[in-house]
Amino acid sequence: MLKTRLALFTLALLTTSAASAQTLRIGLAEDPDVLDPHRARTYVGRIVFTALCDKLIDISPKLEFVPQLATSWSYNDDQTELTFKLRDGVTFQDGSKFDAEAVKANIERAMTLPDSNRKSELSSVDSVEVVDPQTATIKLKQPDATLLATLSDRAGMMLAPAAFADGKEFSQNPVCSGPYKFVQRVQNDRIELEKYDGYWDAEAFPIEAITYLPITDATVKLANLKAGDIDMLERLAPTDVPSVKGDTSLDFVPVTGLGYGSIRFNTNNGERSKKPAGANKLVRQAFQAAIGRDVIDQVAGNGIFPPAQQPFPPSSPYHSDKFPVTTRDVDKAKALLEEAGEPNPSFELVFGTGSANQQLAELIQAMAAEAGFQITLRATQFAAMQQEMEQGNFDAAMINWSGRVDPDGNIHQFVTCNGNLNDSKYCNEDVDKALNAARLTSDVEKRKALYDQAQTILQQDLPLVYTYYQPWPFVLNKNVTGFEPYPDGMVRLKGMNVE
Amino acid sequence: MAELILRRVLVAIPTIIIVSMLVFALQKLLPGDPALLIAGEERDPKVVEFIREKYHLNDPVPVQYGYWVMNVLTGDFGISLRTDTPVTTLVAQKLPVTIQLAVMAMIIALLVGVPAGILSAVRKGTVTDYVANVVALSGLSIPNFWLGILLIFLVSVQLGWLPASGYVPPSEDLWLSIETMLMPAFVLGTALAATLMRHTRSAMIGILRSDYIRTARAKGLRQNKVVYKHALRNALVPIVTLMTLLFGELLGGAVLTEQIFTIPGFGKLVVDAVFTRDYQVVQGIVLCTAIGFIVMNLFADILYILINPRLRGA
Amino acid sequence: MTETAAARAGKVAPRTDADAPARPETVKIPEIGPTDEPLPEKRHRAVGKFLANRAAIVGGVVVAVFVLLAVFAPLIAPYDPLQTSFLAIRKAPSLAHFFGTDELGRDIFSRMAYGARASLLAGVVSVAIAAVIGVPFGLFAGFFGGWVDMVVSRVADAMLSIPFLILAIALAAFLGPTLTNAMIAIGISQTPIFARLARAQTLAVKAEDYVEGAEAIGLPNRWIVARYVFPNVLPPLIVQATLTIATAIIAEASLSFLGLGQQPPDPSWGSMLNTAKNFMGQAPWMSIFPGAAIFLLVLGFNLLGDGLRDALDPRES
Repeated sequence: MLKTRLALFTLALLTTSAASAQTLRIGLAEDPDVLDPHRARTYVGRIVFTALCDKLIDISPKLEFVPQLATSWSYNDDQTELTFKLRDGVTFQDGSKFDAEAVKANIERAMTLPDSNRKSELSSVDSVEVVDPQTATIKLKQPDATLLATLSDRAGMMLAPAAFADGKEFSQNPVCSGPYKFVQRVQNDRIELEKYDGYWDAEAFPIEAITYLPITDATVKLANLKAGDIDMLERLAPTDVPSVKGDTSLDFVPVTGLGYGSIRFNTNNGERSKKPAGANKLVRQAFQAAIGRDVIDQVAGNGIFPPAQQPFPPSSPYHSDKFPVTTRDVDKAKALLEEAGEPNPSFELVFGTGSANQQLAELIQAMAAEAGFQITLRATQFAAMQQEMEQGNFDAAMINWSGRVDPDGNIHQFVTCNGNLNDSKYCNEDVDKALNAARLTSDVEKRKALYDQAQTILQQDLPLVYTYYQPWPFVLNKNVTGFEPYPDGMVRLKGMNVE
Repeated sequence: MAELILRRVLVAIPTIIIVSMLVFALQKLLPGDPALLIAGEERDPKVVEFIREKYHLNDPVPVQYGYWVMNVLTGDFGISLRTDTPVTTLVAQKLPVTIQLAVMAMIIALLVGVPAGILSAVRKGTVTDYVANVVALSGLSIPNFWLGILLIFLVSVQLGWLPASGYVPPSEDLWLSIETMLMPAFVLGTALAATLMRHTRSAMIGILRSDYIRTARAKGLRQNKVVYKHALRNALVPIVTLMTLLFGELLGGAVLTEQIFTIPGFGKLVVDAVFTRDYQVVQGIVLCTAIGFIVMNLFADILYILINPRLRGA
Repeated sequence: MTETAAARAGKVAPRTDADAPARPETVKIPEIGPTDEPLPEKRHRAVGKFLANRAAIVGGVVVAVFVLLAVFAPLIAPYDPLQTSFLAIRKAPSLAHFFGTDELGRDIFSRMAYGARASLLAGVVSVAIAAVIGVPFGLFAGFFGGWVDMVVSRVADAMLSIPFLILAIALAAFLGPTLTNAMIAIGISQTPIFARLARAQTLAVKAEDYVEGAEAIGLPNRWIVARYVFPNVLPPLIVQATLTIATAIIAEASLSFLGLGQQPPDPSWGSMLNTAKNFMGQAPWMSIFPGAAIFLLVLGFNLLGDGLRDALDPRES
């Protein structure tokens, strides 16, 4: 009865809103940050950039590199020069021409802007050389296997040089090279884009305008979708999976992402690392045995949290069969704790506020308790948590990583001795050696062997216990067609339409 | 009388200065380094240091306060550290939203609260009065966020009568704009209506009991006429004053209601800013709403002095 | 006498979730009804008036029931409020689980019984904090006047001009999210209400003939405050405290709802609602019962406060 009424209502809405079709309204889980690809840092921001700014190269759903603004690329023999052939006839949204000079200006800006968040990604780049208007060469300080992946994301996005010249605030009026141009933004409310008619591939984009609507409450976001007030949403709350699956007017399109959820133990950062969980790897192994990743998937994830044992998702060629997902074994956990001489280790688990995180933390707390762990939980704001972690003021923390196309981005900075995000201050020379070596070669087989080598150690030491791969669950109204999900969780608008 | 008004204005000035200090101190107390937040997931140490320098985060707090006050006095309320948007732009974007919500809530409250209050006063001691009082108290006791969640689920999801959330500017589509704002305005309005009802009732009871109404009745004026003409006119003084005050409060934003209905007004902006440590926004908006509140109070004070016959001669 | 009216205005609107107008108005709400009665202590008459007010009795009973529930939670609750059960996730209300189970299979009735502790504690403790800090300041400001009064009044004005919930959120975020800190944050945010009320009452009492007389014959200030001022300030403070507890309970629920109050897995009605809103469709009982509990308890305190006012405060009719 209810279902039919809802369906009827949605149908009525669809017919009434037909006039305003050609505008795609996307519900985002949060408000994007600065609309400047060189400074931005959020996932939702990247979703907007995907429409706003083209990149030198893009990725395929299988994580292969494909042409976008560059039609082809090649390395020199010693892998220190990367040359791009640029697409002809491309213009920025202000009508100016896209050429090798623009590539140089963009990469130089990303490298030199004081508050650029792309600096470390481009740290291997020495200079950019304009060979001719359609050819640009990036010269490297040393070989960098991660560079192509870097350039397939924000660091490779091409902004109109005129829009950032002379200290102009690019973020307030971004002009880029993508299929849709900026119209207006109301913070915390909406970002509006409209089609750029001069786009080089304009016919492939039938939708006339895009509105991004940040709706932080997952329930309200879904209610909006069901009421037809938005056409699609990203990051459905796992708790709503059953209700969406049962709704015939909606399409549920989940895709396993590149990132993961994990629990980081403080193994070596200050006083708090001296607690059993930080000091003794047996305790961490017991913890791993005590939690069931399949239970997390079923209870917290409603089946969309694929269990993760390693930092590389199944879609990655670096995902290794050598590290299968461990199963829950309370007896084994108890035995390990016995062996460690710590039958009831206690620690505090901090996590970012939010009901989904809270549920996951409570679940982990409950499972570990059965093996004898005494975990206290503390929810805190993400900013405060980051600061505490950096200072070593934590026992264990639940942290997520949004994931990178290149495997290096998912592991190197978290576990190498001087890694920028290594809040455990975990340090193992052999791990460092293997991970540093993997940066220098682009041979997939050789890199995979090096990553396996590092992981063999890490799976014993467990400074990080991976729990699940981050899903990107999209939900669309049936009237939206042509959407293809990518592991990077972006909404690529090519071929999409609203009927 | 002019002296009285001038005194009120003068008193507001130290209050505003203290507010500015409180607001500044408040955000300084917030844990979490805003620079870390801006530097994002990657936390590049060089970027963190640059941001600390740029926003004077390394200076002593009084010096930071000095910078801030100087900027505010020249009309620069800072920018959102999260999106670069100037705080003045944010105020310009959010103020109409908050005002629309406040006005709609006030209209609902007026339509319900004042008639209920009059009815209750006229029928003092009867079942009507009793029921009206309990309903009003219930209106004051129901948590807004719970009411909001229930309404979204019932009215939007189950019945599909009204949009679940969001905001449509009236200039874009007036009817849709009102429709979208109806539920949140109702949620806010329940509490306001209850407050108005209780005040109207007390005021009316006081006046109905006063000598001149008794005289009027003694002269044989019909009950209805007495109530509406004489009593109501006098009761309007406190009601209008109270409404000005309530309006001043609403300008502070309906924190949880805006949060639940995703209305991009002051309240949601400030809470989001507190959570993301976007401290220039917290400072700017709280200062603006506090000043707005003080000004509305001043306005109510002056209004009261002007329309109250007892004070007119003072 | 307009000063006392200002204080009374603060007693009217107890729903402070910053959405609702609960900050006492800085302006003077005009006198209502006969105001020239003195403030004699007629306790037996007050008790009689209170008992005659049926609504107030109902309020008192509601509050008493929740207090009993909180005190005897371990005896009343059929389950451990923290005991999860993955076999009984989101079960509808039944004989085994009166109010159903939550997303981790915990018994909602048991969690609510324990949650009553958090709510009542938050209400009472935060108001105690506010009164203990606020009342002395108000008494001093009202009694001595001059610059003391100026400073106290302006700081109170300033605090009141910042929306209550925003102040509480910022303070709770600063102190760190725990129930204790939420109580402190709410208490501090409510301090100016009590300071202002105490000040206004003191001013009113000071103007009475008998206090002026006491001052004239040279009785020490301490003695005057203790003997004459405080006892007369007390009744409206009790009324205010009862109504402010109602506000504080909603404030605690709001902070917990935003993740700034009671931390998991310990139950609080506000945080239960926060989780429950994600399951409105599949498990409405998860939202209905905690929300209704907040509503009932707050209503109870409001009815009680109203009744106390009628009984203790002769100026309100």
